[in-house]
Formats: sequence, structure tokens, C-alpha cells
Amino acid sequence: MPIDWKAYDPSPFYDELIEARGRPRAAARRITDYLSSLDDAEIQARKLAAEHAIVEMGISFTVYAEGENIDRAWPFDIIPRVIARREWARIEAGLVQRMTALNCFIDDVYNAQRIFADGVVPEYVIAESKNFRKQCLGASPPHRVWAHVCGSDLVRDRDGTVYVLEDNLRVPSGVSYMLENRQVTKRVFPELFESTSILPVDEYTSQLFDMLAAISPRPQDYPSVAVLTPGIYNSAYFEHAFLAQRMGAHLVEGADLCVGDDDCVYMRTISGLERVDVIYRRIDDDFLDPEAFRSDSLLGVPGLMRAWRRGKVGLANAPGAGVADDKVIYTYVPAMIEYYLDQDSIIPNVPTFRCVDAKERAHVLERLEELVVKPANESGGYGMLVGPQSTKKQRAEFAQLIEKDPRNYIAQPTLGLSVAPTLCDEGLEPRHLDLRPFILQGVRTDVTAGGLTRVAMRKGSLVVNSSQGGGSKDTWIVDEED
Amino acid sequence: MLSRVAERLYWMARYIERAENTARMTMAFNTLALDMPRTVELSWRGLVLAATGADAIFDEHYQREDERNCVKFLIADSYNPGSILSSLRAARENMRTTRDLVPSEAWEIANELYLFARDNADAGLTKRGRFDYLTSVVRRCQMLTGLLAGCMSHDAAYDFIRLGRNLERADMTSRQIDVGAIRLLARRDDPEPYEGLLWISVLRSQSAFQMYRQHVRRRINGVDVVRFLLQDVPFPRAVAHALSRAEAAIECLPRNGIPLRLVIQARRHVLDADVDGLVRDEGLHGFIDQMQREIAGIHNAIAATWFPADRVQDAA
Repeated sequence: MPIDWKAYDPSPFYDELIEARGRPRAAARRITDYLSSLDDAEIQARKLAAEHAIVEMGISFTVYAEGENIDRAWPFDIIPRVIARREWARIEAGLVQRMTALNCFIDDVYNAQRIFADGVVPEYVIAESKNFRKQCLGASPPHRVWAHVCGSDLVRDRDGTVYVLEDNLRVPSGVSYMLENRQVTKRVFPELFESTSILPVDEYTSQLFDMLAAISPRPQDYPSVAVLTPGIYNSAYFEHAFLAQRMGAHLVEGADLCVGDDDCVYMRTISGLERVDVIYRRIDDDFLDPEAFRSDSLLGVPGLMRAWRRGKVGLANAPGAGVADDKVIYTYVPAMIEYYLDQDSIIPNVPTFRCVDAKERAHVLERLEELVVKPANESGGYGMLVGPQSTKKQRAEFAQLIEKDPRNYIAQPTLGLSVAPTLCDEGLEPRHLDLRPFILQGVRTDVTAGGLTRVAMRKGSLVVNSSQGGGSKDTWIVDEED
Repeated sequence: MLSRVAERLYWMARYIERAENTARMTMAFNTLALDMPRTVELSWRGLVLAATGADAIFDEHYQREDERNCVKFLIADSYNPGSILSSLRAARENMRTTRDLVPSEAWEIANELYLFARDNADAGLTKRGRFDYLTSVVRRCQMLTGLLAGCMSHDAAYDFIRLGRNLERADMTSRQIDVGAIRLLARRDDPEPYEGLLWISVLRSQSAFQMYRQHVRRRINGVDVVRFLLQDVPFPRAVAHALSRAEAAIECLPRNGIPLRLVIQARRHVLDADVDGLVRDEGLHGFIDQMQREIAGIHNAIAATWFPADRVQDAA
């Protein structure tokens, strides 16, 4: 039986593909029409083809369970999420604006600290931030850019407004899945790529390489670039290997590198030591250099901070960039945009209560049942309280946590995340999703056309993280005027 | 290429070769056991010694050196780092971390191979299931070796793979010759009538029986078998052949001075050996002992030259 769009009902949520029952959005019309032209067997065949492609291409993510590492096939829904190009242009501009302001902020924090002096952001939020690194004070990385790679999570509420939920400035992952999703979709729906103008995403790895090459301390030479991974036990190891391969960079672990007496970074090769110019590091600050940060880290490279501070090696993202990746700092981003760029923010923040403020805290504690409470420094959806789905006991626990460490908590209203039609075991159903575009900033700024759409595959669930049962979709930026 | 990557590829190849050899030896010994009259008691422990040299670990974990315990130790024992399953697990882990350098099918085969060996280990322990299990392990190992030979660029990464494979092979074959037939017999009341069978078994454990028959047209005897397995350059599992292939791989690598000198020396010692004299004067064991030390010396030189200095994997 072919898909009957009249039977598909996303209400009360905003649907990315369907405007109202039976009426697709303009940018999505080609795909919805096409899907209804296929019968059930054909749809199942496409779904199977996608599953095969995923296994064949070896797209996996790693889960550590039962004392062993298991590579799981990447969960993927064949129906793409579609965004009209005109809407995307505005989002893209908003992301560039945000990233620029964030980099101004990080550079300011580690140097002049004007924004504190001018009273726009209170200084204590930095002093108590887990991701502030005093070892970075006074450093000036090339182009004064600290966060080179950012993955910002966007969500859409019931009324269609797109918000930035958070900015991941430490080691955001997922971009390889965005690229692979597109490869799979091209195999599954080649016809649609012929008839629809879908913006390509393939340039990402060359843009990444160019950005990295631009922070080389020896820009005149062909730079030697390495991707630094914590190793195979990391859940994003697939991505580290993927990016290294696509960029023609070395995939290195901490023990492969050493810092010489000349403060340059070298890798140990079969021909002896070879200099490394730029490191795209996928290790958290804490583990980067046992001399500067955690001395028990076996993942890092002793002396790496020294080499970076002396300008002998480029590090992306720069150490300390994570200071802006904090949910309390997040609340000040619109103020930063105004302060540094003298602009209004294009994409709004989700309204957020800071528990550190006594008045806002009282408000939060009163309304825990309605709000989502998040710790300031966690990622991956851990350590959260989702008010409407919580028990009384959990709320009591969180009330205590907040009272004990108010600086570390923020609260937001529970958003009715947008949905998109998804092929589930139960048939075609609306599922909640978000979007993580990736922004590269160096001399220039590039934003991926779309990004990684993550879907909560379980009915009613709002959790999209792959470690917790999330899946993904290809994201199409479609040019309607074409 | 990175030293760490070189080291992992080298060990991956060694572990695959080790698993394959252990499977062959167990299979050959099993066949021999079926042929022997019941009055002759075969020493399964001798097989353990021949295959792994790890009899101390065996003694630590087992009271009785019977067939069941010995086969379990060789196939599935996690205490035994040289068991088929341990070797395949180690090979797989080494390949996981170098996936970006080897063809993706190779990773899939290595992964499936380990999962097969793990999931079917119980069948491998039974007398009836053993042959199928071991044959399957050998074939899959060969498939992996073939795939790497046929689909991977023969660059430095590949040189480390064939280096590991050939060094392990030289080591396993020489160990087999040493412990060989004589020690496999627990009681030596009257070994003479079965000597032919024993040597055939030794040849079989290197899949050398057929090639031996084609090249040595005499009644099977110990001296000829030892000479064949030690010195026959065209036969790929002979020590001299394996060393010459290791030498060819080393020649392609940078800064190869010390390892190259050692491997040439070892190959010359093998080819120059007077096998007749060694057997006659009971000097064979001493010679093989020396051989094994030389092979270990080549490994150490390889590790010191090309592998990361701070964490070289244990040679166990």
C-alpha cells in the first residue's frame, strides 16, 4: 500500500515536510509525491538497500558494552528532512554571526577581558566555569580564532521558530555521518537528485583541510596535518578515521607524538621523527597535555601546550575554546553578538533561566515539573531532568543539586520539538528531531549545507543522541526557485 | 608511516599466521592419533609444546594432560595467549586500529573469523566437530592473507604484514621440527614402525606432505623431512623460504641496516646447515635452539628500529 499523506498526522507538532494534513510544504513536495508513487514493497526495498549500503560502507558507531567494543550499524531513516533554501540562508547567516561573536568572546576572555570590565557578562561565570583554562591566558592563536570547528544544535518549536539549543565548541562529532547519510541517500533515491536542486555537502572535508592548513606555523610549505584521536575505544573513532582518510591526514594517538627540545611537535614514523604542523584534536582539553592539565592522562602529548603557546603547532580547536561551550555562558550569546558585532542575533536562544540568579532559581524550583533542567557542562544528553516526564523523587533530587551548585544548572521550557515523517516498525509516523550544522571558522567561515539531522526513533521520545537510541536522516537544503 | 601502525600490522599478520599454524598442527596431530594403534600413547602435551611453547601456562591451569584439556588449551583457552581464539582476537584488535590502511573487506573477514572461532569453539572441542572447525579457521586465515596480497598496495604497510607473517612462520616451522616427531611419543618402547606416520604428520601440520612427495622421491625419513622443512627454498612454509621473504620485506623499508644483517645471517645459517650431520650427532635440537634465538633477535631488531620505543607489544 503506498503512503497516504492524508493519513499522516503530525499534530500538535510542527512537521518539517508537511504543512497540514495531506498538504506537503513546497520544498518537500517532490519527495512526498515521489514517496506516494512507490508501493509498500518498493519502499521496503529502498529501506533494505539503505541498510545494505550502511553495512557495506562500514558506517558504524561504537558502543562499549559487556566488556567489549561493539560496532553498531548507524541507524538511518531513508526519508530526508527538507529545509527550503531561503530559510536556510537566514539560518546560515545566523550561525556565522554566532560563531564570530563566540570567537571574539573566547579571545577576549583570555586576553583583554573587556566584556567583564564593561559589565556585559559577569566575571564570576568564567572563574567558576569547568572549561576555563588559566593556562591559555595571554595566548593569541592565528587569526585570533579559537573555536575552528563548531557543531550548534538547532531545534524548532511548535510555532516553527528555530532556536539554538547549544553550541558544541569542544570536540563536536557527527559530521562524518552527515556525509555518509548523503552517500546512502544518493544510492537509495538517485532519481530525486536528478529532479530536485539539493545543495551538496561533499566539500566539508576539503574545507576542513584548508582551514587546518591555514593555521599551520609553516604556511609556505605543504603542511603536515594529523587527526589526534583518543583511540578505538572512543565512540567517535569511526569519524576520526573517516576524516583523517578523507583529508589525507595521519590518524594519530597521543603516544605517536612527542614534543622536541625545539618545542616542535613530531610524530614517530618508521623513518624516524617527522614534524607535525597542525593537529585536529579530538581529545578534550583535560587530556591534551599531562604537563599542563591532568597529569594522569595517557592520551595526550606532554609539552603540547608549550608547543602551541610558542606558535610551533596549530591546534583546532584551540585549548580553552570550550569556555564558551557552557550552558550558562550560552545565555549570554545574544548579548555578546550585540557587544562585539553591534548586531541583533539572527537565530534566538531558547529562553533560559540561570539558577545562579536567586530570583530565577526560585522560579525554576517552583516549576520543575514544566522545565528541562540541564547541567552547564555536560554533553550527550546526560544528567538532565525532563520535568514533564520526571518522578517526584527525581525532582526532589534535582532541587537539591540545584541548591548545592546553582552555577552549574540552567533550566529551559520544554519545547515541542518539530517532527518529520519517519519509517518506523509501526509504519510511517512523526518522530521528533533536531539539527546539528557544522561551522568552520578560520580566515573564512563555512557552514555545511544542512547538517546532521538526528531523530528520536522511539515514539514520543525527545532524546536524539545515538548513544541513547537516536537515529538520523539526510538533510536536504532544497532550492525551490530552481 | 606511523611506527604504531607498522607495529600493529606486523602483529596482526603474526597472530593470523599463528592461528593458522596452530589449527594445522592440531588437525595433523588429530589425524595421527586416529591412525595410531591403541598400544601407542600419543603425548598431547607434546603437541601443546610444539604449537605454543607455553607448557608452563598449561601446567598452571590443568591437572591432566589428556586430549580434551590439550585441545581446549590450543583452541579456545583465554589463558593461553597463543591459542587460536586468543590469536584471532589479538589479530582483530590490531586490525581494528589500522582499519584505515587495510582494505575494508579485510577488516570484515578478520572480524567474522574471530566471531566464527568464538561462537563455534565448543564444536571445535568435540572429536566430531573438530575437523570442520579447524579447516574453516585455516581457510579463513588464508582468505585474509590472499585478500591482503591481492587487494592492498604493496607499500610499507604491506611490507610489515609480510614481515610479520614470514617471521612467525619461520618460528612455527622451526619449533615443529624441533619438538617434532620424537617428542610426540610419550613412550618410546618401539617407535620404529610408526616413524613414517609421525613424519607424515609433521609434514601435514605444515601442509607440506604433497609438496614433499613431489620433490623428494624417496621413502619418507626423518633427515629428508627436516631438510625439506628447513632448507627447501621453493616451499613457502620452509624456514629458508620464510626467512628469504622476510628479508625481501626488510629490504624495502627505511633504516633497515641491523634487521637486514640479522635476517641474512639467519637465512645463511639455515641453508648452510648440514642436516645429515646434525641428526647423526644429535645436534639438531641445539641447532634449532640457536635458530629460534636468531629469529627472536630479528624481531627485537625490527621492534627497536621501527616500532614506538615506549610501548612495544609483548612477544608472547
